[in-house]
Amino acid sequence: MTTEAESPHLLSVRDLGKTFRLPGGRDLVAVDAVSFDLNAGESLGIVGESGSGKTTTARIIAGLESATAGSIDFGGRTLGGSGRSRSSAREIQMVFQDPFGSLDPRQRIAAGIEELLGLHFRFSKSARRARVTELLEEVGLGAQHADELPRNLSGGQRQRVAIARALALEPELLILDEAVSALDVSVQAQILNLLIDIRERTEIAYLFVSHDLAVVRQVCERSIVMNHGRIVEAGATADILDRPTNAYTRQLVDAIPRPGWRPKRRLNAAG
Amino acid sequence: MTANDRSTGMPAEQASRQDLLLAIERLQVTLPPRRRGEARRTVIHDVSMQIAPGESLGVVGESGSGKSMTTRAVMRLLPQGASMTGRLDFDGQDVMGMSRRELSAYRGSQVGMIYQDPRAHTNPLRTLGDFLIEGVTLSGQMRRTEAEELACDLLRQVGVGDAGHRIRQYPHQLSGGLLQRVMIVMALMPSPRLVLADEPTTALDVTIQSEVMAILGEQIRERQCGLMFITHDLDLAAAVTDSLAVMYAGVVVETGPSDNLYSSPRHPYTAGLLASRPHSERVERPTAIPGRPLSAFEAGPGCVFASRCPFATQQCHEQRPALREVDGRNVACHRVEEFGADLTYQFKEAQ
Repeated sequence: MTTEAESPHLLSVRDLGKTFRLPGGRDLVAVDAVSFDLNAGESLGIVGESGSGKTTTARIIAGLESATAGSIDFGGRTLGGSGRSRSSAREIQMVFQDPFGSLDPRQRIAAGIEELLGLHFRFSKSARRARVTELLEEVGLGAQHADELPRNLSGGQRQRVAIARALALEPELLILDEAVSALDVSVQAQILNLLIDIRERTEIAYLFVSHDLAVVRQVCERSIVMNHGRIVEAGATADILDRPTNAYTRQLVDAIPRPGWRPKRRLNAAG
Repeated sequence: MTANDRSTGMPAEQASRQDLLLAIERLQVTLPPRRRGEARRTVIHDVSMQIAPGESLGVVGESGSGKSMTTRAVMRLLPQGASMTGRLDFDGQDVMGMSRRELSAYRGSQVGMIYQDPRAHTNPLRTLGDFLIEGVTLSGQMRRTEAEELACDLLRQVGVGDAGHRIRQYPHQLSGGLLQRVMIVMALMPSPRLVLADEPTTALDVTIQSEVMAILGEQIRERQCGLMFITHDLDLAAAVTDSLAVMYAGVVVETGPSDNLYSSPRHPYTAGLLASRPHSERVERPTAIPGRPLSAFEAGPGCVFASRCPFATQQCHEQRPALREVDGRNVACHRVEEFGADLTYQFKEAQ
């Protein structure tokens, strides 16, 4: 939009590319000329199937992977591929699909968050404790969870912890990579509502990576659809889902099971 | 034979059971305690469901609901030390009373199984051809060349081109969607009368899911084969099955025709599941069910859903309701008569 063009974007991704060298010397282009912008406080969905490059794109922005082409501007600075400063690492946080894999199995919940706070902020010990309680409350956990180990929490609770840990660092951008995909439906709704509420309370921007179009519809105003490493469609989420212009997007939308839906078979099966 | 004994002097209502392909009645499964001194763990409290020949039944539930354990009970492949009570009849034959020989014939030729993760159920060191023909040749149903021909034929039917080449390949050379089609072929090889599919598309992308479901549906219909489709996805199950059984914490809480149950749920848990899905056509805050799904062994003496149910009364917490017929379906809820036609709406309002 023209009016918004005057305010600089929080995140500007330009011609991002990532090529993996496979054993045997072949190249795999995972991300190809991807460009998009994200404003402060905005929520952008990256939609696609496995192999579409959506997770690789997110990981490059989070600094977990380095790009082989293109540039990323964040908050007016150009981000290097990896080895970022501690402050820019703080400003972009990421929540993964499997919270069990991203929590230290031997560290109690509160101790883990305190460690993070100590690393990035100058807090007194008592202020740290108070902030931990506040953060746990913010994600719907109580004091009784503070001294638990991750394995004693349910999947939904662990994902709440992962979100609390990300929020602890007061990031400007939260990258959520299939953050609600592994959860049971009844719990998924809780976490989804939590994410919606956090956006209403704070100025955090979301980059929401998901294969689930219904979930993206609830969380993101704008979305991009990726296929084979490229953006095939971009725009308002409602427009993309209701009136897809790209053939691949239409296939994705048609594949969502709903009342009266019949599974469809393509003519030729590919390898 | 058990079937003959039971056909004499049976009540009229039970006589129809003879026509069913699969009849599970008041199934209960317990596992040995994890530690000494603890009690046995109940993983299935009370499961009753039926499949007529050629019928497809969707079994829907969240983690810990006992849906996978139910399929393992049907195959009699429960963990060691498990004990099972209730009735389990396949085509009028008592599965629990089967001898080893009968059981091996039953598993080998009557029931086909498709799992969620095809990679975990194929041998990476053996070709797909070996994998596909092993069962039917070992059981003496077919000769090797005959089995190979059938395998190629079936692979072509499920849309795998160049079948003659594929059967010499190894699992890692195929994509997940393609390998799941090979699993479908595997299940169909002995021409089973019932296929058990446990989350067969959960690990697949949506477009591939659509395709695999279409292929599975085609094959099942053509053969007049029964299908038990296990899934966490109520929308998917409602779209591809004739009837549904909704499970929670080891109990079937509601069963009925799929369209009917999906459009007007009568059990609060079914309504809660429908209310908590994100809406795919508009922005609407999902209504979450508070708490987390309970496992069967955590359930108290009352209704298994009582701790998360907005309508629960004292009676619900103390006394477990049995399935009873309401509006052409079976519902396990004390208060079902009090609810109106739009229970999903009532559930949202109550939260």
